Amino acid sequence: MKEEKPREPAPPLSVWGPAVALGWLVPGGGHFLLKRYGRAMLLLFAVTGMFLFGLMMRGTLFQPYRTNDLLTTLIQYGGFIGNLASGILYLLAVWLGYAQPDVPGAVHDYGTKFLVAAGLLNVLAMVDAYEIAVGKKD
Amino acid sequence: MPKVNLSHFEAALVFAFFTSIVLGVVTRRTDRERAVYALYSFGWFLLALFGLGWLMFLGHR
Repeated sequence: MKEEKPREPAPPLSVWGPAVALGWLVPGGGHFLLKRYGRAMLLLFAVTGMFLFGLMMRGTLFQPYRTNDLLTTLIQYGGFIGNLASGILYLLAVWLGYAQPDVPGAVHDYGTKFLVAAGLLNVLAMVDAYEIAVGKKD
Repeated sequence: MPKVNLSHFEAALVFAFFTSIVLGVVTRRTDRERAVYALYSFGWFLLALFGLGWLMFLGHR
């Protein structure tokens, strides 16, 4: 009979919470808090660069709204979560009025994808900050 | 906010550049490994870009 390993207790929130929260708010912020300055700067550069290119290509920021079409609802909510993951970049873009209506065109469409991709890259950075904070990575 | 108009190729290059940096930073354990992985990742993006480009070109002939 296979012996089950006892599950490791989850690390306390106080260990990883601040790094992950700051990592969400400011791209690379979690790494900065954990004193990984070089990686923090690279993450800040890459995520902010991707987001700014998205804005300059006149991409759209998604709004979470329901429609009768399930696929459209999923796209809107999924896109909104992706946008929101950029943290302060998303909040500043909305507060300063850079959220733009959806317009047809390949460049605008790429811009929309860039804006969501920036948030998804920031999610990767947050997961990395979590792993560093709990000691799974250096 | 300035407006940029990128071609398909330029947009894909910019996307590959930023994504490769993040992939390099988060997936490896030493700085050297991170730099190598970022370049490796960027190379694969380029290869896929040219590969798919040729595929679409030949598919439309």
